[in-house]
Amino acid sequence: MRCRKCGSTAAINMRQHRLALCAVHFPEWLLEQTQRIIQKYRMFTPDERVLVAVSGGKDSLALWDVLIRLGYRADGVYIDLGIDDGSGYSARSKDKAVAFAALHPEVHLTIVDIPGLYGESIPQVAQRRRRPHRPCSICGLIKRHEMNRVAFEGGYDVLATGHNLDDEAATLFGNVLHWQVDYLRHQSPVLPADGQGLARKVKPFCRFYERETAAYTLIRGIDYIEDECPYAVGATSLAHKATLAQMEHDAPGTKMHFYTNFLKAKETGLFAAGEIAPELRPCPHCGQPTSAPDLCNFCRLWEELLTEESSMDIERI
Amino acid sequence: MHIVYRDKEWFVDQELTVNQMLKYLKLLPESVLVVRNGKLVAEDQKLHPDDEIKIVAVVSGG
Repeated sequence: MRCRKCGSTAAINMRQHRLALCAVHFPEWLLEQTQRIIQKYRMFTPDERVLVAVSGGKDSLALWDVLIRLGYRADGVYIDLGIDDGSGYSARSKDKAVAFAALHPEVHLTIVDIPGLYGESIPQVAQRRRRPHRPCSICGLIKRHEMNRVAFEGGYDVLATGHNLDDEAATLFGNVLHWQVDYLRHQSPVLPADGQGLARKVKPFCRFYERETAAYTLIRGIDYIEDECPYAVGATSLAHKATLAQMEHDAPGTKMHFYTNFLKAKETGLFAAGEIAPELRPCPHCGQPTSAPDLCNFCRLWEELLTEESSMDIERI
Repeated sequence: MHIVYRDKEWFVDQELTVNQMLKYLKLLPESVLVVRNGKLVAEDQKLHPDDEIKIVAVVSGG
């Protein structure tokens, strides 16, 4: 198999594009395509400040690298969740993010230490919420709140995440299986800012297979955490990814068409009927916009944990 | 050749292509990348008995 651009030995074959490229031309192609996606979906301009949500994994570090190489003003934020399953998952993933940032003195990495700030790690919160084995929804809530807070406080124009096409296709697959129309309306490469404190969110890698983002990190020599979060074992999204991978193997391009045709259908108005934007108001505690009548979900979570703690103290007395 | 995938390893003493190796290990080419002696290789590449092979899982998320 030969590189389509130079004829040398190919490093990767992308069957869905009928395109094989070598280790020199593949990263160039990925950069060009990322720039095209940023412009196609009007994600951000070179004048705007971008905050990249960095997990230490392949997608977010590849995204950060690509945006820096494209000349964007891209800083990073790492959320330390305090996950230590005996293998020091959070500590090791943080090391990867810190090591990457150290190679790029022109950018800044903000580290949010959840246990340090709030007194408890994600597993501890999940334990108290009686979800010791499935903390993912609590983790997502806390991460979304903190990433938005850092974006707002740091004056960033946009928050970029490393979601790839496999992530998006698996989410879409799950939402279609359960016909979660509100989620389908919400799924997009760009979620606009609300003007009241919710940052614009973008997914510049949404048209790449995760095999391609992984190939980019390997060719570029970016050191990322290969292990999965220990709580991801058995996750439904991974089962959906496995199903889609088999379909892709049998018919190359299936995942790409599933996702891109969904976006096209949305552009033509599918799911638009009945769409009502929720009324947002500032949370009385943190000030972030929320559709909840009182505290936002994040502040309510911590308040409930505090209340629980107080009642336990009373019981002890 | 010495093949490493996650916490497993194999020793194979014959020449075969990346595709043949993945088929033998029952892995989908869509879910992994193959690194031979530190370099990423496509599915049609021949692997030799003295090669050091790392198979990288690309699926992430939860």
